Amino acid sequence: MSTLLSFTILGLFTGAAYAIAASGLVLTYTTTRVFNIAHGAFGMVMAFTFWDLSQRQGMPTWLSLVLVLGVIAPATGWFVQRFVTRGLGEGPVSISLVVTVGLFVGLIGLAQYIWPPEPRTLPPFLPDHGVQLGSTYVTAHQIITILLSVVVAGALYLLLNRTRIGTAMRASVDNPVLLRLFGGNPDRVASLSWAIGISLAALAGILLTPVIGLSYYDLTLLVINAYAAAMLGQLKSLPLTFVGAMGLGILQSFAVAYLPTDGNLAGLRAVVPALFLFAVIVVMPQAQLRIGQVKGIVSAPVPSLVRSGVWGAALLVLVAMLAAGLSNADLLLVGTAATYAMVMLSLVLLTGYGGHVSLAQFTFAGVGALAYAKLDEPNLYGLALAAVIAGLVGALVAIPVLRLTGLYLALSTLAFGVLMDKLVFQADFAFGFNGTLPAERLSVLGHGFESLGSYVLVMVAFFVLMAVGLLVLRRGALGRVLIAMRDSPAACGTLGLDMRWFRVALFGLSAAMAGLAGALFAGLRGTIGAADFQLFNSLPLLLLAVVCGVTSVTGAALGGVGLMLLPVLQSYRPELAGVVFAVLGFGAVALGRDPNGLANQLFRLGHVLDRRFGDRVRSAVPLLPLPRHRAAVDEDSDIPLKEGVHVAARG
Amino acid sequence: MSLLEVDDVVVRFGGVTAVDHASFAAEAGRITGLIGPNGAGKTTCFNVVTGLQRPQQGAVRFAGRRITRLPVHRRARRGMGRTFQRLEAFGSLTVRDNVRVARDIHRGPAGLLRPATGDVDALLDRVGILAYADERADSIPTGTARLLELARCLAGDPTLLLLDEPSSGLDESETAAFGVLLAELASEGRGIVMVEHDMALVMTVCDDIHVLDFGHVIASGPPALIRTDPEVQRAYLGYADTDDATEEIRLEGVTS
Repeated sequence: MSTLLSFTILGLFTGAAYAIAASGLVLTYTTTRVFNIAHGAFGMVMAFTFWDLSQRQGMPTWLSLVLVLGVIAPATGWFVQRFVTRGLGEGPVSISLVVTVGLFVGLIGLAQYIWPPEPRTLPPFLPDHGVQLGSTYVTAHQIITILLSVVVAGALYLLLNRTRIGTAMRASVDNPVLLRLFGGNPDRVASLSWAIGISLAALAGILLTPVIGLSYYDLTLLVINAYAAAMLGQLKSLPLTFVGAMGLGILQSFAVAYLPTDGNLAGLRAVVPALFLFAVIVVMPQAQLRIGQVKGIVSAPVPSLVRSGVWGAALLVLVAMLAAGLSNADLLLVGTAATYAMVMLSLVLLTGYGGHVSLAQFTFAGVGALAYAKLDEPNLYGLALAAVIAGLVGALVAIPVLRLTGLYLALSTLAFGVLMDKLVFQADFAFGFNGTLPAERLSVLGHGFESLGSYVLVMVAFFVLMAVGLLVLRRGALGRVLIAMRDSPAACGTLGLDMRWFRVALFGLSAAMAGLAGALFAGLRGTIGAADFQLFNSLPLLLLAVVCGVTSVTGAALGGVGLMLLPVLQSYRPELAGVVFAVLGFGAVALGRDPNGLANQLFRLGHVLDRRFGDRVRSAVPLLPLPRHRAAVDEDSDIPLKEGVHVAARG
Repeated sequence: MSLLEVDDVVVRFGGVTAVDHASFAAEAGRITGLIGPNGAGKTTCFNVVTGLQRPQQGAVRFAGRRITRLPVHRRARRGMGRTFQRLEAFGSLTVRDNVRVARDIHRGPAGLLRPATGDVDALLDRVGILAYADERADSIPTGTARLLELARCLAGDPTLLLLDEPSSGLDESETAAFGVLLAELASEGRGIVMVEHDMALVMTVCDDIHVLDFGHVIASGPPALIRTDPEVQRAYLGYADTDDATEEIRLEGVTS
């Protein structure tokens, strides 16, 4: 009986902290339509700031608390809304997701740079006080947290129902356009809600830190708990969000109390929020298509079949020449880059063409690798089967989200990543706890590739095949429908397209591509483990893909090389580890609005060079063809004219 | 039995009631006008009919069958097509590809695997925008984009067309040509419902008119009756300080 009571109180305590975090998340999302994936990351940075003020600099606790919650956090929220996320709510959801993932990665990098890893402790509030309830001791910190959640709920209720700006906030939940029509100021509403939102993230982070410790990742992943709770209120009802948070807290606490601590079920305890999220998603009502927010995205040019074939062949020749002179260590790097580039191709399909975001693409690569290693069929058949398995798993992730919008799909990939990290990959039937599996290199029709160089060449050949296949798809009817769905889901619906299964298929295909890359990677490395496919690696992957250009195959190739270079850079200058991620994260924040990325700048440079020197070069080498934009007008003139996304409202 | 029946529909956004027990009908082979001041709930009615907005109350019947709970694409498959007030053209595709996509979607799985050939250009020609076929849809003028949305609808050969302010952005001669096209489409047996602010166009081409005010249908009938309805006059005069004042003047000035 006393265990039940003490675990209930523990559950109420964590639930209260989740409720505080979740209400901040709901507030910012409903008023600005920007889902802040970095919500937990802000809580993490603010908890570190609080530690810095109160422990390192020795300020009184109350003063540090006032400074963080009353000044630093609101100012950060105001600044981020003003200069980073403003206007994103009216654009495609993929862009606001990428920008806040940029904040997520950037904040982790920043925290690692400012506060390098070392053990830090944050004492609970009033550590020597508490109440004895029968045989259960309730700490003052727990009581304070539960009380604070009630205070936050009450204050939000008063703000939303008893003040003018609160009424404006509620109005913008239902219809921001209407708010503007009736003379409300959406910008003031937005800044205020972000200021409050980040403050609440900070409060939740500070309250949880004495219990879960001051870690970069655990607090950052708080966002999953927060939105799992918020999902119960469909990301807009605050009372249901509180109910969800308390329920989740208690569920998690009971999982700790009553689930076995060993065997396959042990991992379950860590994934309660993710499972809770999927459970809520399954019972959520059908989402409605939104209209009036769709903007055409300037796409990167789509080359002709011949042209992409020629470029692919050139890449193969280049790698073949390189392979002859490279050491094995460097060849491994080239193979790794090819793997990353293939995973990024899967993002070109999903994000660049389809407008959906996956936050766990490496996890699908991991599924492919795992299947390949387990199948032990080092040939094309094994490779294809591994890809199919990864594709089916991808479809399985998309199916529960069938009736919902793209945002929920992205969010559930994050939960799926956690699930695989903590539950599946580490299980005995998979890689095992901290374990690895051996994988043999693939042979094609009985022909093996013994040398590393030849295997790397095979990997690059697969990249080229996938890239050319992707471009063929993009030029065809399916590609057009993909672009149409990205540009206006509402119009596609009213034309009679059932986008739900289309999206499942798209997601599955993209996961299969990632899985294929993972299977090839397994052959490259010989042994693979869970550590190779951590969820957190998927985020820099997404960011680099967007920065390098997620709408083009060239962008994927660039991004693959870039992602391969990241750890190389870090190993040269270990002290800059955090900085690299901060630069990447905040770089994506700056560049995320243009999904065509660096690749598009490269195409433009190509056009400029061609105009200046093209004729001279061609007169010297008469075999070279005339570039497409200067040849006769092609039927599909996709040459980018303007930069970025048209965020100007229409109507 | 009417082709489309909207029965006692209510839609609320928070505290605002956008559609308040609205009922109206539209017939096959006829052009029905839906008019009213800004914010009267016309577009919301379209959203309810096409399934983009769930009503809190009321029913929608299409060709005699209740469709209130059908998803958007299923209604489209039964022969409903619509255009949007805030344009929803596929901005990064060309004008021709916009129509091609619509046709591929209409043909179902086969259309996605074996692309259509043929009379896409005929459709563009029919609405009068063939000259823009190779332009990107986000670079063409608003009026042209509205016609593109119409062509895109027609690719699915709908029996009911819902047009949301189709003539805004068109000049006088284009509007006249558009009126002729509408009459032609209706004579093929299609039902057309049109939200429109150009009263001259409404009064000339529409067979029936429903007037919405504050989400409520305040008058229904043929143009001649609507023009003289005192309720309608009052509703429009109540907004005399906005651009609806011009509509009011047009309303009185029409002499068709």
